[in-house]
Amino acid sequence: MKFILVTDVGSTTTKARLFKRTETGWRYVISGEAPTTVEAPYEDVTMGVCNAIREVEELTGLTILNHEHEGIIVPFNEGKGVDFYCTTSSAGGGLQMLCLGLIKEITAESANRAALGAGAIVMDIVALDDGRADYEKIKRIRSMRPDMVLMAGGADGGATGLVLELAELLKAADPTPRLGEGYSLPLVYAGNRDLRSHIKELFSDKFALTIVDNLRPVLEVENSEPARRAIHELFMEHVMSHAPGYTKLMKWTDVPIMPTPAGEGLAMQLIASRFQSNVLGVGLGGATTNVYSIVDGRFVRSVSANLGMSYSICNVLKEAGIDNIIRWLPFEVDKEDIENRLRNKMIRPTTIPDTLEDLLLEHAVAREALRLALEHHKTIATRLKGVAVAKTISERFERLGKELEETYIKMIDIGIIAGTGGLLSHAPRRVQSLLILTDAFQPEGVTRVFQDSVFMMPHLGVLSTVYPDIAWEIFDKDCLVRLGTVVAPIGSLEEGQDAMDITLEIPNGEVLQKEIRFGEIIKIPLPEGVEARAIIRTQRGLSIDMEGRRELETTVMGGVVGVILDLRGRPLRLPEDAEKRREKIKTWFKSLDLYPEEAYEEDKAHDHE
Amino acid sequence: MIMNKYDIEKSVITHAYTPGLQIKESVIVRKVRRLPIKGEVIVNIGDIVDYNDIIAKSKIPGDPYTVKASYMLKCEPDEVPRYMIKKVGDAVKKDEIIAKFTGFFGLIKNIVTSPVDGYIESLSTASGQIIIRETPKDIAVDAYIPGKVIRILHNEGAIIETNAAFIQGIFGVGGENHGEIVVAVDSPKDILTEEHIIRNYKGKIVVGGALVTGEALKKAIEIGVKGIVTGGIRNSDLRSLLGYDIGVAITGYEDIGLTLIITEGFGKMDMSYRTFNLLKKFEGELAHVNGETHIRAGVIRPEIIIPHSRITANYNEQEKLEAGMKPGTTVRVIRSPYFGKLAKVVSLPPELRKSKTESYVRVVEIELDNNQRVIVPRANVEIIEE
Repeated sequence: MKFILVTDVGSTTTKARLFKRTETGWRYVISGEAPTTVEAPYEDVTMGVCNAIREVEELTGLTILNHEHEGIIVPFNEGKGVDFYCTTSSAGGGLQMLCLGLIKEITAESANRAALGAGAIVMDIVALDDGRADYEKIKRIRSMRPDMVLMAGGADGGATGLVLELAELLKAADPTPRLGEGYSLPLVYAGNRDLRSHIKELFSDKFALTIVDNLRPVLEVENSEPARRAIHELFMEHVMSHAPGYTKLMKWTDVPIMPTPAGEGLAMQLIASRFQSNVLGVGLGGATTNVYSIVDGRFVRSVSANLGMSYSICNVLKEAGIDNIIRWLPFEVDKEDIENRLRNKMIRPTTIPDTLEDLLLEHAVAREALRLALEHHKTIATRLKGVAVAKTISERFERLGKELEETYIKMIDIGIIAGTGGLLSHAPRRVQSLLILTDAFQPEGVTRVFQDSVFMMPHLGVLSTVYPDIAWEIFDKDCLVRLGTVVAPIGSLEEGQDAMDITLEIPNGEVLQKEIRFGEIIKIPLPEGVEARAIIRTQRGLSIDMEGRRELETTVMGGVVGVILDLRGRPLRLPEDAEKRREKIKTWFKSLDLYPEEAYEEDKAHDHE
Repeated sequence: MIMNKYDIEKSVITHAYTPGLQIKESVIVRKVRRLPIKGEVIVNIGDIVDYNDIIAKSKIPGDPYTVKASYMLKCEPDEVPRYMIKKVGDAVKKDEIIAKFTGFFGLIKNIVTSPVDGYIESLSTASGQIIIRETPKDIAVDAYIPGKVIRILHNEGAIIETNAAFIQGIFGVGGENHGEIVVAVDSPKDILTEEHIIRNYKGKIVVGGALVTGEALKKAIEIGVKGIVTGGIRNSDLRSLLGYDIGVAITGYEDIGLTLIITEGFGKMDMSYRTFNLLKKFEGELAHVNGETHIRAGVIRPEIIIPHSRITANYNEQEKLEAGMKPGTTVRVIRSPYFGKLAKVVSLPPELRKSKTESYVRVVEIELDNNQRVIVPRANVEIIEE
């Protein structure tokens, strides 16, 4: 094998990435990009794919496209073609699903997690106890145009009558598939196995029904793998094959087309398995933000469908509120002006910041988008609810209420944060993306921070299903940018009080010592590829690890930014007073050399016309 | 500055250029008019239709209502058929008894009534549930624009074609509306205030300048103005108009009493002379407007269509693909600094340039109206079609 080509057919852009085996192993070579051609007048995704590949051809001189018989030349032979081709896709809005379950916090929640884990956007979650009357649920289902439905409900041998009521409600609502009336809507049934014959009777004529093992065979177990696999198969068989040009594209690929977020999720899992660490990953997009967590081997994905940096920028404004956005700016602003600027970005989403003020504003929005996306993720990454045996109904509901808060995502347990997406990749200084991730997620203890160099996590994710070692080799060398390590003790002290001292023993023999006061954030350069032994001691009132200890000996990873010593406290609290807050932000930004000096000079950062 | 490994990688990524909004005096406009579900098309190819003529109609199935009959009758699910008074397929009236259980010599009476007018769609002996579907509702689709039927979409609708002036806005709210164009201000720089909105504007499409105030919008709705077209709007006024903040720009379904079309953006933004003059030229003529906006893949922008036969658009011209940017092309800057300014392209440097934000981007050198030459990212200009 010499060449591998992978594409991602995004909703607006199709991105091709070429990989090559060199003397030093597999490497990323070049990218080609072109607008996606899923919409009219083209209505054939392969046109966009060919255009993106053509750009790769022009940049490399390699012939990849088969001009005689359409498609891609596979394998590489006599200087032409590639040895392997695969693709991910999120064109046309990705995979949009409706989930149903009996109890909102038990089977409906499991259905939601399974659909999200398979890379879907969940349009709604319907449960018997979701607070809506039946007619409201039916109206909602009728107004949706999903690509697929996942229905769970009842443990094996458990509830039947109520699950059937829910099934009949779905049948009566008769949801219209997004891809038109001539299309049988795929339905995955992953509920009580005793009802399979009834389910077949109800749905076989109008739905493309697939029955899989119960998502919650018993309350204590969530078995999402069969449902997830069925979703992927149906995505290929039904959804993709009805999208314009996909039948052709499916013939070109060597492995099934995968939803883009599923590819991205695999890449995050690859990081977790290779580094043997808990990972919190994020894909900050223009329209949606995906958060992935792999904690103690459990993989969970959440998608915040309307949190993003271009199409959805005003939804971040709406959800976070203007005050939460401007709190990250080091200069005084007019709220009305900021709102208008964000609205203008929403209506012209492909524009890019051309002033420092605009750049800082987008970075401020990114912090809030990421913060909200993590909050959302925590509501999904929860312990299984309803497993404890409750004696009475009221006790059970009381317990469910408490369990709502029980996410198992604790930042002190997260060893790696990994970010991808346009805003992070295009940040002019890498330290900017590191601080955006730090401010939004507030890592605790010692956390390594990575980011995607060029958007290729979905590509490497799908590739890893066939060639995991090659995918990792490219991932390690050309995709994962090591930004550095954040050292952030938990707790709070008085401003200016001695807070932490750290000794770094660098492999070249150099020993660095630093003493940091509370309220400060500083950067110690430590190059990429270098690891240093660190001895960290915090003052009383601060702790540095999950045991609550004040001393830690560990290894810190270098990176393009280095080691960040963040003594701003956890949780991070910004001063209430606006002027003091702006001063504080300015001090932190300057300490990390985050932006050019002009960014902090009054009026200079503003537009000059 | 020496570019590092990652800068070089970043440089491979290029930005798509924003296509210009269409502002055309004469163009062939084709509108696809489709029913939401299959139905009957009542026009034929070649028919001449007015904007309010119905072209297709159908009956939309009513909403289904679930009735938990076995609970109400206090019987087992498989016993429900025994107590049914009506059978599947029967028409029923609201509150009409559809099933009844009588026990203990008439002392116990459990009844099931229909929650709506409709018919019994199904009865499940497994769950004991009855589904009653409401009576179907009539739906129809009109032509929206006057013109000629050029294609029939079998069982779905038709395509209507007309010669018209066609102006796209950047953002709108409110759906389809029709009314005579009236220009309420003297210049595209003027602000449309409540003083400009007079009683005579009832039923009309009112054109303003750089901004419409919240008070003007309120008065326009009170009077019965059908539409407002203006350069800009303050976000706070849009919020007051709708009663909520828009999160994602997918609009067109707002029930606010008029259609609002913004041609330039948020804040005070002079309407482009080209748009303003074109609307002025068609003052007094009937316009068909739609505020529907979808900003995502498959973008939909709001539109103003003014059918006329003064200048006939050339079909060949219509097929011509839009040319890209080249020296001399007129463009508009769509991001600060210089937001809203018109300019001519001077050159298109092929290499990436470092912008004020320190990003390396593809740029365009432009000359502003005041002869000042500046460099801006290519992603931040849109082509103004001449």
